[in-house]
Amino acid sequence: MTSMTRSFQRFSALLYKEMVQILRDRRTLMLFFLLPVIELFLFAYAVSLNVYHLPTALVDQSMDVRSRDFVDALVKSNYFDITQTYQNEQQVIQAIDAGEVKAGVIIPPNFAEDVNSGQGNVLILLDGSDSFSVQSGYNGASAITQAYSINLTTQAVKKSGGGAVLLAGVNNTPITTATRVLYNPDLRDLVFLLPGLIALIIQNIIVAHSAMAVVREREVGTFEQILATPARPIEMILSKLIPGMLVVMVDMAFILTLGVFWFNVPINGSIVALVVWSLLFIVSGMALGLLISSVSKTQRQAQQITAVLNMFTLLLSGFIYSRSSMPVWTQIVGDIIPLTFYLKIIRGIITKGVGSAYLTSDILALVIYSVVALVFAAAVFKKRLD
Amino acid sequence: MAAEITISAHGLVKRFQTQRGAITAVDHVDLEVRQGETFGLIGPDGAGKSTTTRVILGLLRRDEGESGILGFDSMRDSYAIREQVGYIAQQFALPADMTVMENMSFFANLHGIHRSTQKKRILELLDFAGLSEFTARPAGKLSGGMKKKLALACSLVHEPKVVMLDEPTLGVDPVSRRDFWNILSNLRVEKGTTIFVTTPYMDEAERCNRVGLMFQGRLVAYDTPTAIKNMVPGQLLEFIPQRFVPARELVTTLEGVLEVQTYGATLHLFLDDIALRQPQIEAALNAQNLAFSGMRVIEPRMEEAFISLIRRQEEAQHV
Repeated sequence: MTSMTRSFQRFSALLYKEMVQILRDRRTLMLFFLLPVIELFLFAYAVSLNVYHLPTALVDQSMDVRSRDFVDALVKSNYFDITQTYQNEQQVIQAIDAGEVKAGVIIPPNFAEDVNSGQGNVLILLDGSDSFSVQSGYNGASAITQAYSINLTTQAVKKSGGGAVLLAGVNNTPITTATRVLYNPDLRDLVFLLPGLIALIIQNIIVAHSAMAVVREREVGTFEQILATPARPIEMILSKLIPGMLVVMVDMAFILTLGVFWFNVPINGSIVALVVWSLLFIVSGMALGLLISSVSKTQRQAQQITAVLNMFTLLLSGFIYSRSSMPVWTQIVGDIIPLTFYLKIIRGIITKGVGSAYLTSDILALVIYSVVALVFAAAVFKKRLD
Repeated sequence: MAAEITISAHGLVKRFQTQRGAITAVDHVDLEVRQGETFGLIGPDGAGKSTTTRVILGLLRRDEGESGILGFDSMRDSYAIREQVGYIAQQFALPADMTVMENMSFFANLHGIHRSTQKKRILELLDFAGLSEFTARPAGKLSGGMKKKLALACSLVHEPKVVMLDEPTLGVDPVSRRDFWNILSNLRVEKGTTIFVTTPYMDEAERCNRVGLMFQGRLVAYDTPTAIKNMVPGQLLEFIPQRFVPARELVTTLEGVLEVQTYGATLHLFLDDIALRQPQIEAALNAQNLAFSGMRVIEPRMEEAFISLIRRQEEAQHV
């Protein structure tokens, strides 16, 4: 019993110290709150997955009411801005080659008649060197052509030295699409982007913070001084875990509020579930950071490992690129990142509004992840200096 | 075991793996510090003083031998030792954001001191260390000397029977150094605390009951300061030559000159027989037209003894 109370006394002392160090370090505290806001606004406004206002070259060989109507619809969709008009396809390809336009729209002669007889054909050429433009242009064009019940032929034009590559059989592959977008009917980028963005920012902050936790004390010299007291490694680890967790919780609530009220991203699912699983995510991130901190010899080393981790996170977690289209081994690498699992949880709760029952595998993965990382961190974090 | 032996090491070995292979930082060190003694571990930088201290404390793993404090084994009874010993690490730092008072209670709580006794003891220690006026100041804003005093006060908060101080006065001004040593003397006199201190300063070594001289991981001498000074043969003659280099070259070749040491512009000569050699040296210098001043016989200090002993070690290794 006395050993329990003593342990608690030591733990409280360590906890107090960590709290004081977080709360009195104004600069770090400012970073905790300022950095996420800056990141959030930068990302939210700068990174847009849809590309609007593609400069577009137009070849209208029909010049009738129907074709003008169609071009009008393209412009009104905001996906295309007609900046050039040409006589033939060849000129359009040259313009794409020269980088003057990103897209070309070619309307064949007798467009009105063809449409009326249900045979309407339009060729859209897109600059294949810019995948986001292709994606957006394709989405925009197919939505409009559907409305017009026109068969749309799209073709990605890839720059290849001097001339463009013309694909054969352009008119043989009419595309008719029928897509219904779930959860996010307006296809607003932010609704999709923001939950992941918040999670990304939170992981960056918590790993960066906890990765410094142990190694900084080693470098400064408080570590050896405290190690020479009866404080146990587990007490030291937990005392580092909890204050960081609390601050990041507040931080997360703060940017989530910004997301809901400033960016109008609705939380469709349960807020309680969101809080609980976010806490789990924060623990897993802290555990990963502490592990990095315990294996690093210097703060610089810890920062470098963190930087590499952040890069992996951006590319492999599913934040930008879909994991389902990745080869297995990159998926496995992605599994060392807590965000990979949490991303599905936070998107599930905020965007889809699903309950925890639908997320059990990812929740379980995060639980296992946290336990393993903490055990590793505690094992590396020994009671001696070497 | 003898109850009065407080700190002990027998055949203690510590190796570090580096990229260039294993380095033996502590090489079969034997030492015993008795209760109430002030023991000074002296030696140049890199001699292995800190490593020895850390291994005995159980902060580093030992590779061979035995070591312990108060009968507790350094490795097996790490936490018993940490409860009983006060320690100031060489590169120590106290949490800089916390005030003097907060630091004191932080270490008191880490040592499980009951809250009812904490307050009185902390106030006593702050008074003892001369920090009573600064209780509300953050530790990071104290001067270098005050930081050391605070570290000492923190390391004493659990009334340890043993304190181990690793170069506690490094980078501290002379006045603060003297203050610090006065506190240590009081500690020994009033509480009978055993003090183990490492230092590169020879004047501090003279304040110890016994000293161990470390060089390249080995303990090359281990005795009272007086005995160590007597280990150096011969008597010491000091003078200031006007033309330093030729004078030093000349005296080195003279008969009966055992060793020549340089202290700034002053030369120290160890001689087998002062009465016989001093006139010969004066004559030799005059014969070469090498003017000099301030020639006198002096008592060997720790510093001369230290340099002499280390030189002998180096020569023994090169033969």
